[in-house]
Amino acid sequence: MVSDMNEETKQAVLNYTIRLGDDAVVIGHRIAEWCRNAPFLEEDLALSNVALDFIGRARMFYGYAEELADDGRKEDYFAYMRDHREYQNLLIMELPRGDFAYTMVRQLLVDVFNLYYLEQLISSTDETLAAIAGKAIKETRYHLRRSHEWVLRLGLGTDESKIRAQKAVDDIWGFTHELFDLDELEQQMADAGIGVDNRSLQQDWSAKVKSILEEASLIVPEDSWKVKGGREGYHTEYLGQMLNEMQCVHRANPGLEW
Amino acid sequence: MVEIDQQQKFQNKIDAEIKIEPKDWMPEAYRKNLIRQISQHAHSEVIGMQPEGNWITRAPSLRRKAILLAKVQDEGGHGLYLYSTAETLGITREEMINALQDGSARYASIFNYPTQTWADVGAIGWLVDGAAIVNQISLQRTSYGPYSRSMVRICKEESFHQRQGYELMLTLSRGSEAQKAMAQDSLNRFYWPSLMMFGPHDTESAHSASSMKWKVKRETNDDLRQKFIDQTAPQIEFLGLQHPDKDLKWNDEKGQFDSGEINWDEFWRVINGDGHCNRQRVQHHINAHKEGAWVREAMASYQQKKKSKAA
Ligand SMILES: [Fe+2]
Ligand SMILES: [Fe+2]
Repeated sequence: MVSDMNEETKQAVLNYTIRLGDDAVVIGHRIAEWCRNAPFLEEDLALSNVALDFIGRARMFYGYAEELADDGRKEDYFAYMRDHREYQNLLIMELPRGDFAYTMVRQLLVDVFNLYYLEQLISSTDETLAAIAGKAIKETRYHLRRSHEWVLRLGLGTDESKIRAQKAVDDIWGFTHELFDLDELEQQMADAGIGVDNRSLQQDWSAKVKSILEEASLIVPEDSWKVKGGREGYHTEYLGQMLNEMQCVHRANPGLEW
Repeated sequence: MVEIDQQQKFQNKIDAEIKIEPKDWMPEAYRKNLIRQISQHAHSEVIGMQPEGNWITRAPSLRRKAILLAKVQDEGGHGLYLYSTAETLGITREEMINALQDGSARYASIFNYPTQTWADVGAIGWLVDGAAIVNQISLQRTSYGPYSRSMVRICKEESFHQRQGYELMLTLSRGSEAQKAMAQDSLNRFYWPSLMMFGPHDTESAHSASSMKWKVKRETNDDLRQKFIDQTAPQIEFLGLQHPDKDLKWNDEKGQFDSGEINWDEFWRVINGDGHCNRQRVQHHINAHKEGAWVREAMASYQQKKKSKAA
């Protein structure tokens, strides 16, 4: 219960919740970019579904942030009025949609992560976070069924699809390491039973991802490079561009109802 | 002789308001007419994803972003549904898509207009979906069973879109000066083109006579347009915006509005290629389709391999 929290905990949960909202809104935006650009109409619809899940998830997290902040900042403040240096999403979420293989491989890596992450968050001592996780995990299971199936199709489909899928795995791999980092805030939240200890997810994640990539006859890359910084607001160039576009109408006339 | 009998039986059914089903005998011209109309309708849904899709990344609130994305997704769903409706008449989706891409099939010319501001998302939902509904309610009574049933299903979602579009316009109209101006500008740009959606005057319409006899169409272009004009006028007033038609006047005797003349030159110019987006819309469809070719091939090849493995 928000009312039972001391001020310090409330701040910490707020920051933690905003991060989860950031993850969801950023990847939701990226997937939504496919709507009307997909390889065939059924996929326009399916990708839109997934994007809608993430946007809905972002609204739930930001909605909770609104409640925790209790200072007039609304869900759209968090989405639209913060700069990319204030955004704290994981970098993998902000990478451009790329080709269809890039999108689907990223989705697989993120979906497996979300699956294990949400399985833990369900037992958060924070009831609201637990409830959001309970809803989100059902969506994530569906997302993963899709991304799993697509990675198989691409890996085992044609020479071209296999080359594209492998290139995507190779190009994204270095962004997966920060999924399992824990900074001070996350450590504090994990210790309090509110957040998740991401380090504990790494083994399951690796095993599952490796088995799917092998099933798709794709090569699991060496851990030779690592890019990190999302949780500190140290982003790729892509996020600034993305937010410029996403926020432009809202910011042109700030403080209004839309 | 047999042919004449069938013609007569067919027309009797139509006259008795019995739906024609895919396996029933039908005149070739009826089949062609329906394929033309339903595929054009399907293409309109699909091409219509572009102008509104143009604002998904810039929607000014998360709520609006979700509503817009879901709406564009619905339109794609309508497209799919209508493609399968047309397929019951013996044409494939691939053939229809080819016809769209080579320009031999048309789509609603309204989508050749650019979406320039956020308010256009509202204006399209309200006016364009609104005009489509007037047409589609009438088509729920069309003589071809599968088409009639798709209209029933699609209409429900279109009404939802229209309400959301109107609600967006209402929010802007009750908002800041800038928002109100944005709403007015958008209304000014989309009002006349949405009247044009009903097609030329009945006297000029190439397909109307046979369509009416076969009850593919149930009401004429001008009658449907009048309904739309009459329902839209009070909606504009409630928004507190200026009506773009300066000649609009209530006619007590007729119980309907008299209105100004549509700029038919513009109508024909845009249909025939001079709209801002004609080439862009078709090219976008071609590009996405081409870029997706390797994905479709991969999927087919994977399916094939799975099958031969199972065998
Ligand atoms: Fe539609
Ligand atoms: Fe619609």
